[in-house]
Amino acid sequence: MSAVIKVENLSKKYIIGHQQQERYIALRDVLANGAKVLFHRAARPFTSKRPRFIDPSREEFYALKDLSFEIHQGDRLGIIGHNGAGKSTLLKILSRITEPTSGRVAIKGRVASLLEVGTGFHPELTGRENIYLNGSILGMSRLEIRKKFDEIVGFAEMEKFLDTPVKRYSSGMYVRLAFAVAAHLEPEILVVDEVLAVGDAQFQKKCLGKMDSVAREGRTVLFVSHNMQAISSLCHRGIVLSRGKIAHCGTAISAINYYMGSFQSAMDGKMLWDATQKNLPYSDVVKLKRYFIEDENGEVPDGRLFSSKSYNVVIEAELLQNDPRLIFSLIYYAEDGRLILGTDIHDTGGVDFRTMRLGNVRFKVPVPTELLANKIYEIELLCIIHMTAWILAPQNESRMRFEFFMDKNDNPNNYDKILSDLRVVLNWDVVAY
Amino acid sequence: MTDENTLLIEAGRSERHYWKDLWRYRELFYFLAWRDILVRYKQTVIGIVWAIIRPFLTMVVFTVIFGHLAKLPSNGAPYPVMVFAAMLPWQFFANALSEASGSLVGNANLISKVYFPRLIIPAGSVITSFVDFLISAAMLIALLIWYRFMPGWRILALPFFVVVALAAAMGAGLWFTALNVKYRDFRYVVPFIVQFGLYISPVGFSSDIVPERWRVIYSLNPMAGVIDGFRWAILGGDVKIFLPGFLMSLAIVGILLVSGIWYFRKTERTFADVI
Repeated sequence: MSAVIKVENLSKKYIIGHQQQERYIALRDVLANGAKVLFHRAARPFTSKRPRFIDPSREEFYALKDLSFEIHQGDRLGIIGHNGAGKSTLLKILSRITEPTSGRVAIKGRVASLLEVGTGFHPELTGRENIYLNGSILGMSRLEIRKKFDEIVGFAEMEKFLDTPVKRYSSGMYVRLAFAVAAHLEPEILVVDEVLAVGDAQFQKKCLGKMDSVAREGRTVLFVSHNMQAISSLCHRGIVLSRGKIAHCGTAISAINYYMGSFQSAMDGKMLWDATQKNLPYSDVVKLKRYFIEDENGEVPDGRLFSSKSYNVVIEAELLQNDPRLIFSLIYYAEDGRLILGTDIHDTGGVDFRTMRLGNVRFKVPVPTELLANKIYEIELLCIIHMTAWILAPQNESRMRFEFFMDKNDNPNNYDKILSDLRVVLNWDVVAY
Repeated sequence: MTDENTLLIEAGRSERHYWKDLWRYRELFYFLAWRDILVRYKQTVIGIVWAIIRPFLTMVVFTVIFGHLAKLPSNGAPYPVMVFAAMLPWQFFANALSEASGSLVGNANLISKVYFPRLIIPAGSVITSFVDFLISAAMLIALLIWYRFMPGWRILALPFFVVVALAAAMGAGLWFTALNVKYRDFRYVVPFIVQFGLYISPVGFSSDIVPERWRVIYSLNPMAGVIDGFRWAILGGDVKIFLPGFLMSLAIVGILLVSGIWYFRKTERTFADVI
């Protein structure tokens, strides 16, 4: 077997500004700086040394540092790592979106990368038009799209809405159509970022199935995800990235174990996550402050929660714009990272961000202690601008780990260890007939 | 790993396959231009009307101010026709410039998620503006019929001037696009340049009123040559083309186009990082 992708000493350096919100340079700053330099030179014409104005808020940052690895034909490689570990940068370099600072990559074969579902979809265009547009953006030729058109429409299950502008689609339909196009790419190497986290469960399953069949055809797949289940079922090799370097390389299972192990130490602290120091996007819409768990007495527990008490999750944020697309969501994971419960702010339909008073807000959500078993769980806050962007993506950044103890004997036959992730006490009626 | 179809990614390497890639991605170019045109004329009925109304109103204003109030000469052609013959390339140039300069920033999500030669995007906006140009051209024909004005054989040279106009729009557009990505406050400069350009270009008046000794200098404005060419081809009659000036404009257009492509490609690889 020969290597289809060979990465050698790959590095990518970014310059980050700590003070500035924006990454681009303003012309006025360049002009002002130029004037400063000119002035200094004019003032001291005989010093050969040119004064340099170094911005102290700027700092070099290596998103990837000296990365080397090989991928062989037919490999299905899962790439995992914490937020900021360099996964996205790696995919961007492999997809030629950005250039490396040093090092090189040799790729044999046609690469299609799927870093986002529905790239280039235009809301004014119809489903049919968007299939052609999106297909060509992903690298399909017109002929190819025409040939697969019916298949794509069938996969998305939306024959009826083909000539409706996409802006009238529900978000589920939108995602289905977008993924259907992507699923019919036929590259030799497929690069996929976390794109399966959208859509309903049934469609997610369908997507995973499709990806699986792509992989089994002997094509090479690179897959970035935080869904450990998806990684373990789809990939047979795994790489864990940490701070731009390869921390672990082996089978998918060993990589997952390595990665999950790195969370263990995080359980000692208080159940509070502070966002004030984080540079989250869309800070003009909402400034996330922190979220924490508190018990009945308003105290923040450490990593141990008990069934004899009741808890609330409290989210604190400052609302700056009335954006109806805003969603807060809380997710519960099992110890191994499988998603088991999710709730979002629009569940009960009572929250309307269009009319909510701007300023500081607090959301309170009960912890479903009646459902939890004697197990370790993780809770995570997500924040989303619907169909637009993640403010807080499912990337373990806001994830907190806790252990739950059933110390109240609310179930007469209280098993010490319940096998399922959740438990529920239901009433059994005995009805004679 | 030295096959023909092996792709090498290295710092500064993207240069090599550039023109081949551009050719390979021609369908994407076609689709993006198609999208822009479709969206533009779908969103509003005003879309098409807009392409007609803007040059029409400007023509009326210029005719009244320069033709009737200032009583500038028009070389024998009806003043509105003379103004419109210049309005046509100028509007195209101005639209292409403003559309192109915002195009990359407007397509930021595409740029940060998919690879393709970035040149496609500003080129697509120039083409979209070209469609507006064609619609306005139909309007010029209506105007010619209204004034019973028959262009002579010189009209056959018009395509050449259209190509020069395209090259000028493309060259300046690429500069503006790249600068706009790099210096995000550049977009405040663009409307000013477009506004300013309208008055220093011979749109409302004939360039004949510029004193002879200044005309070569005047032709440093690339659109001066293009507009003169349009007038020469459409109006015929005693309209003369001032050759040194026209060659000057032509040279500037050439420099603009070549340097535009050079600068765009130089900054292109960092687009995804800064956008």
